[in-house]
Amino acid sequence: MKILVAVKRAIDYNVKARPKADGSGVELANVKMSMNPFDEIAVEEAIRLQEAGKAGEIVAVSIGPAACQETLRTAMAMGADRGVLVQSDDEVQPLAVAKLLKAIVDREQPGLVICGKQAIDDDSNQTGQMLAGLLGWAQGTFACNVTPEGDTLAVKREVDGGLQSITLKLPAVVTADLRLNEPRYVKLPNIMKAKKKPLDTFAPADLGVDITPRLKTVKVAEPAARAGGVKVADVQELVAKLRNEAKVI
Amino acid sequence: MTALVIAEHNNQSLNAATLNAVAAASQLSGGFDLLIAGHNCGAVADAAAQVAGVGKVLVADAPHYAHALAENLAPLVVSLAGNYTHLLTASTTNGKNVMPRVAAMLDVAQLSDIIGVVSDDTFVRPIYAGNVLSTVQSTDGIKVITVRTTGFDAVAATGGAGTIEAVAAQADAGLSTFVGEELTKSSRPELAAADIIVSGGRGLGSAENFAIIEKLADLLGAAVGASRAAVDAGYVPNDYQVGQTGKCVAPTLYIAVGISGAIQHLAGMKDSKVIVAINKDEEAPIFQVADYGLVGDLFKEVPALCEALAK
Repeated sequence: MKILVAVKRAIDYNVKARPKADGSGVELANVKMSMNPFDEIAVEEAIRLQEAGKAGEIVAVSIGPAACQETLRTAMAMGADRGVLVQSDDEVQPLAVAKLLKAIVDREQPGLVICGKQAIDDDSNQTGQMLAGLLGWAQGTFACNVTPEGDTLAVKREVDGGLQSITLKLPAVVTADLRLNEPRYVKLPNIMKAKKKPLDTFAPADLGVDITPRLKTVKVAEPAARAGGVKVADVQELVAKLRNEAKVI
Repeated sequence: MTALVIAEHNNQSLNAATLNAVAAASQLSGGFDLLIAGHNCGAVADAAAQVAGVGKVLVADAPHYAHALAENLAPLVVSLAGNYTHLLTASTTNGKNVMPRVAAMLDVAQLSDIIGVVSDDTFVRPIYAGNVLSTVQSTDGIKVITVRTTGFDAVAATGGAGTIEAVAAQADAGLSTFVGEELTKSSRPELAAADIIVSGGRGLGSAENFAIIEKLADLLGAAVGASRAAVDAGYVPNDYQVGQTGKCVAPTLYIAVGISGAIQHLAGMKDSKVIVAINKDEEAPIFQVADYGLVGDLFKEVPALCEALAK
């Protein structure tokens, strides 16, 4: 079973994003970028399935500017076999991402697609579900456990009240949640090896996909800041404040 | 123009989050209907008909709707979408699972996690862990929306007079099967709906030490939450997680214990009315959002707090 993994180049999780001065977008110049953390989990899961003899080739796909090659090289250094970049300097919103991924799926014919559940930049949490919808495939979102069983996939999902177990008919789309696994650190020799792995590049037009944004950003702004509070000396003062000042207990 | 709100329920009662999604729908210029898709869900339909302001209550009752599987629910919503300008649901794990599939099938974008309605086509949503608020305008004919429940005050569960109408079920897609669920059993209030939340972080040091968080929570009648670091470390299950990638909460009182205040945690709780932080590191970022900060060893301060509250 071939596995396709989608990886996004996103702002590093340690960086606090700020709006540009003119409110037209988020300041990304000279900001550290990394692979979206949930996508690392997705790549790791694909590799573990391969190591367990349950998956064949792993193809990593990224969509965005030329710099996404770095993200693909990271995925390949982790263990993906090759990379596909759909290169665009324009904004690509989740629906267009899903359409581009579908076009790649049509070419590659994987048995399983794994995505991160959400990118930590736009926090949309849409792409995997949209891709499954476009393909007419089953979807296992927010997965914390994935077990192939013949032509089906057992998925344990993180849901609001606890865990849900479902069985999906393959091929399927899975989105990775936090506890699915802990991604490995990339070792230097593997970084060198990854440079030699094949990486194909397409333009959205090559794949026949219109990526015109459907959502127009009117403005971006910082939320109202919380007024700073006070330090209390001890629990007695804290309880007194909560009872008499805030009146919340 | 009318909106359709997809209700969340367990086939017996309406999930409170639906009332927040209805609140967002109520701010649009048209009215709204509710969709109840489930199995043997008549009681939910009756409850939905009472929701303040509701027009029609559409009921699709079939065995394959019992567990809100996206592969079955999405085609049903799509079959009804032609009568509506907006499709909304609460940003619960169910809502997040189903709605993007609906949007893709309709070839429209989705607006995730809105916290404000500017007009019928323009909405406010947090991005980058809530550090930035984006105002976005949709150019699509049908707006598919998930609603962050903390952004809208729930409408009244009673006072409405909706008309219940059965709608045809679509065929079982046969792509997915519900096997079972392990729901966290707790006598404490639900995290998303609690008035008071006590959350623990990596500072707790172990799963066993979480007992002091639970003791404090029980004294206050509070729900128990956790930071991603505590979930990562295996102290508590993932459904305790408050933050960008967990649950977003806005209780009256939020007590953060041994939580440093990473960006991703603040994203999930900074809309709380009153925030208390207990942490030994006085430089911890959590103190920047806390109304009341107590610098000290949590293993000393939390038991002392329990004692002071018990008085």
